[in-house]
Amino acid sequence: MMEWLWLVPTLPFAGFLVLSLGGGRLPRGAIGAVGAGSVGLAALLALGIATEFMGAPPPDGFFQLSLWDWLRAGPLDVSVALYLDPLAIVMMLVVTVVGFLIHLYSTEFMREEEGLRRFFAYMNLFVGSMLVLVLADNLLLLYLGWEGVGMCSYLLIGFWYSDPANGYAARKAFVVTRVGDTAMAVGLFLLFSQLGTLQIQEILVKADQSWAVGSLLPTAVALLLLGGAVGKSAQLPLQTWLPDAMAGPSPVSALIHAATMVTAGVYLVARTHTLFALAPAVQTLVAVVGAATLLLAGCSGLVQRDIKRVLAYSTISQIGYMFLALGVGAWSAALFHFMIHAFFKALLFLGAGAVIMAMDHEHDMFRMGGLRHRLPVTFWTFLIGSSALAALPLVTAGFYSKDLIIWQSYASVLGGPWLWSAAVAGALLTSMYTFRMVILTFFGPPGRPVHKRPGWRMKLPMIVLAVLSLVGGFIELPETMGHVQLFSNFMHGSLPPVVLASARQGQEGIFALMSGLVSVGGILLIIVLLRPAAGLTRAAAASPVGAALQRWWFGGWGFDGLYDFLIVRPYVRLAILDRDDVIDGLFRGIGALTQWGHRALAVTQTGMIRSYVAAVAWGAVIVLGLAVLL
Amino acid sequence: MLSLPLFHTMALAGVLFVIGLIGVLVRRNLIFMLMSIEIMLNAAGLAFVAAGARWAAPDGQIMFLFIVAMAAAEVSVGLALVLQLYHRLKTLDTHAAGTLRG
Repeated sequence: MMEWLWLVPTLPFAGFLVLSLGGGRLPRGAIGAVGAGSVGLAALLALGIATEFMGAPPPDGFFQLSLWDWLRAGPLDVSVALYLDPLAIVMMLVVTVVGFLIHLYSTEFMREEEGLRRFFAYMNLFVGSMLVLVLADNLLLLYLGWEGVGMCSYLLIGFWYSDPANGYAARKAFVVTRVGDTAMAVGLFLLFSQLGTLQIQEILVKADQSWAVGSLLPTAVALLLLGGAVGKSAQLPLQTWLPDAMAGPSPVSALIHAATMVTAGVYLVARTHTLFALAPAVQTLVAVVGAATLLLAGCSGLVQRDIKRVLAYSTISQIGYMFLALGVGAWSAALFHFMIHAFFKALLFLGAGAVIMAMDHEHDMFRMGGLRHRLPVTFWTFLIGSSALAALPLVTAGFYSKDLIIWQSYASVLGGPWLWSAAVAGALLTSMYTFRMVILTFFGPPGRPVHKRPGWRMKLPMIVLAVLSLVGGFIELPETMGHVQLFSNFMHGSLPPVVLASARQGQEGIFALMSGLVSVGGILLIIVLLRPAAGLTRAAAASPVGAALQRWWFGGWGFDGLYDFLIVRPYVRLAILDRDDVIDGLFRGIGALTQWGHRALAVTQTGMIRSYVAAVAWGAVIVLGLAVLL
Repeated sequence: MLSLPLFHTMALAGVLFVIGLIGVLVRRNLIFMLMSIEIMLNAAGLAFVAAGARWAAPDGQIMFLFIVAMAAAEVSVGLALVLQLYHRLKTLDTHAAGTLRG
């Protein structure tokens, strides 16, 4: 069955082609069926392939499928080839299964939209590109998928293009990620010029053989690749585009800006882990970037009013956890959190979409409230998703995945108390902003009336994702609680196990207890703070320091203003200056001269045939006269 | 064979050419302008024939044959255009056809 692997990315691409070439003849029902069906088939196929892979692993631990030669020029030999190993399987399964659930949800959520066909065409193109990204055997094909998902992200953020603000958000996402992509492209050039190949496994082997640990080249390459990862995954300092990307429809936020595309950076770093292991300084930087991002985004999430922006900041923060895990060498913990995060964050975005639809496009949490009884299914699934995000101990999958990262950020040889304290502080912030969102939306006095209720096609994906958010964690349990290691054992087929410092081993139980207490404590703290009787939040917002802090965090720590001041405005000013430059004057002069000549000569065209004859006659007389005289 | 001095025939050709040119310049009726052009063509032909006779070369008469053929073609095209113009404007005045201005 594994030789059918090529069909997995092909099916969504075929869906895209049918939808984009099918024209306006397709009935609306067929559009949804093609859009969701193609991804659904891909998901079934991916499940089958994964089952076969796990049941009877190939002898080398990976499966390679070469389709055709793509480019062949001198030493550059790139083929379109797919590479399937445990890492790729996890990514492929999450992309197709979560992607299918979100497509199913969209068939109802987007039912009355004008551009339904366009929407599903872009979504299918996105899923196809993402699958190319995760299954690519060489970095150039990976880059193709990388840019493909970037383009679909741009198209879908600006899906409601009639509002210029959405177009601006789409451009911002495109341009900001471009900064990272450029760094990544330079990294690819450097890799190719030094190692003479773009095939990922060859690169890893050759780099390990020819480069010393900590030398200049692997450091430069790892830095450049990290630049790409940081741009795509919205980490410090390129995180500013993600909150604005919420301008797109909610399923888009669920699929692209939470579950799959934004984790491409995590995938890239994990895929090229050998390079990062050769550059310890950069790997430490990965951990620091992750820790700083998760704290900053957590603070910003605490003060937002828009339900989707809370989720956007929480996405940035959770990907920060994954980077932290990558930075301390806990590769499989990062991927485990990626998978669980995809479940609960997709669920939360779908729940937020249902709430927004029920509230008739209201995003402001302060105008919602009391939805607990009016949207029961949405409430319970959202509560499960939030508990997983807040890492509620024992019952949710989020606890097991996040606790693993928190523990290993301390216990790994690359970790330490500082990274651990950042992770724990982030966990506290996470439970606070998550339950602030739940309380404002579903509890308290009723806000606006409920406009529309979700049907089964919206409820089913939410329920499935809620179940996954609960039970998904049981495939990897800490030493003190069952010690199940199905996931990390599976991942060790492509990623090395984490190296724990010997002095810190054996304390996992205490650390799990601490992070569980922090999570529950955060929830209790926010419940107390938000009690209307206490009035604590209002008092904090009224004090000058509190108000300033709130404004600062609300705007995402002023990064937008900083970039606006440092880059955007100087650039615009330069562009205005350059509008009338000297070289333009030269070309404009030629244009003006030609136009003047045209006007002068046009005067002679009178339309009077006699004047033309006279002119010819005079001309002949003059030429003959000159010929005779000279 | 009667032989005319070259000067006489050349002078006649020149006079005919100028008469034709003046005709083209001063007439406004298209038919008359075409007729004047015919006169100019024939003046040129006369000059060729006379020059050919003077130097006893056949080139002059060959050129005259060319001119006759060209004149026939010119008249057929010219008259077709005249018919079209009349059909459209109901007049043969060239001033009325002066709409193709720059």
